[in-house]
Amino acid sequence: MSLREKFQNGKFVVTAEIGPAKGVDVHEFNENADLLKSRVDAVNCTDQQSAVMRLGSLAACHLLKQKGIEPIFQMTCRDRNRIALQSDLLNASVMGIENVLCLTGDYVTLGDHPDARPVFDLDSVSLLYAARQLEQGKDLAGKELKGTPKFFLGACVTPGADPIEPQLIKMERKVKAGAQFFQTQAIYESKTFEAFMKEARKFGVPVLVGIVVLRSAGMAKFMNKNVAGIHVPDELINEMDKAENKLDKGVEISARLINEMKGMCQGAHIMAIGLESKVPAILDAAKL
Amino acid sequence: MIISELKPLPEILGYLDKDKKIFIVGCKGCAEVCQTGDEPQVLDMKQKLEQEGKTITGHCVVDFLCDKALIKTRLFTHEDEIDAADSLLVMTCGIGVQATAAVVNKLVHPAANTINVGGVGGTWRGSERCRECGDCVLDLTGGICPLTACTKWLVNGPCGGAKNGKCEVEPDVRDCGWHLIYERLKKLGQLDKMRTIAPVVKNYAKMQPPKALRSSIMWALEQQETKV
Repeated sequence: MSLREKFQNGKFVVTAEIGPAKGVDVHEFNENADLLKSRVDAVNCTDQQSAVMRLGSLAACHLLKQKGIEPIFQMTCRDRNRIALQSDLLNASVMGIENVLCLTGDYVTLGDHPDARPVFDLDSVSLLYAARQLEQGKDLAGKELKGTPKFFLGACVTPGADPIEPQLIKMERKVKAGAQFFQTQAIYESKTFEAFMKEARKFGVPVLVGIVVLRSAGMAKFMNKNVAGIHVPDELINEMDKAENKLDKGVEISARLINEMKGMCQGAHIMAIGLESKVPAILDAAKL
Repeated sequence: MIISELKPLPEILGYLDKDKKIFIVGCKGCAEVCQTGDEPQVLDMKQKLEQEGKTITGHCVVDFLCDKALIKTRLFTHEDEIDAADSLLVMTCGIGVQATAAVVNKLVHPAANTINVGGVGGTWRGSERCRECGDCVLDLTGGICPLTACTKWLVNGPCGGAKNGKCEVEPDVRDCGWHLIYERLKKLGQLDKMRTIAPVVKNYAKMQPPKALRSSIMWALEQQETKV
């Protein structure tokens, strides 16, 4: 069953992400994919996450597809102009990849090739719009396509942003441009998420709450200081600090967060960032 | 020297759709030379807008609209006329529009596009910047340019990378441009401008110096100058 159909059937959808390797050794990628296969509804492949050059999202999605896993093709606008982006959308379509998460992308200077020329010809909103145009048989230049692709389009939103209003305005614009589901930035406070969902619900598209697995108190503090829209509350930091087995504690907290928030939204998106092997344990603990 | 050219009248009228009373601002600097915002063009615009049923509460041509101190001095004598207006129409380059927007508490619309001259941006004294994109979007953004204020040049709203109003790329020195735009539009009661518009897909072909400019006398003089 496709991701689209699962949402239509009202299933609580679980997705996870895998970051492809820097290089061509896909051994670990395949291992992680196998672990996730029977446990999640779809798997995101990140698009050169944090602007670090690595194996691409499209090839990784193709590998997942060959394994019978439903892929979500993450696309950022940082590295490709509108010609390449539209072409990659067509490429995805002929590979049978339907789910596309349309993102703006991290800025190049935050990654490992800070000298590169940033592109950002399109952005998340205009990329969604471009994909919609392709579905209607035309490209951004208005030229007709021979055979039209079909997509299930996703986008991202930051429920912990302060102020939240600009994020909600952008979310509304993404829905209008074609977004059919949302995977959120990580959120650690269910009250904040509840307040966000109260506003976001009116857009009528499914939202998957974003879970980033904590590894240590230091990681939480680092994210609080450096990552926009993420706030790990002190109680969770203390919990991590005191825990003897940090990984088990990270799993336990992730499962607890999913349970606290699953009644408010339509799914959960787990970003394990290197701890993909722990995702089944999180789902066990969350009874999913 | 910054080159500007007037936008087509229907585009300007689109900006002014919700506004009945307009105050017009021109400039005696580059906009005078380009004949976009000198007295004759301002009076011509006044007449055209009046024909379209608008009320012009007043107009003012400032010596150099890139200088906020000058703008304040000159607009001071027009305070009542500006207060009476729903919005201001600024007939200059993007710098003039942004500098005006920064000193008046009213919505400001651009009447011109700033044309790319291939690298020399002229000089100005304020913090405003213009990429000479040839297709000015300042009407949508409360008079703050997203192509210069946003690190990623985003034209469709903020990314998720701002924290405490600062851009994640260099949070110690860069404000998030879209946070500034949001705050400005909120203050002016114009947040719908961020919400309602169709996706903007920029035409970057307009970021090249146009052929007409390359074949102008001014361009030829510049080439001459480099040979001396």
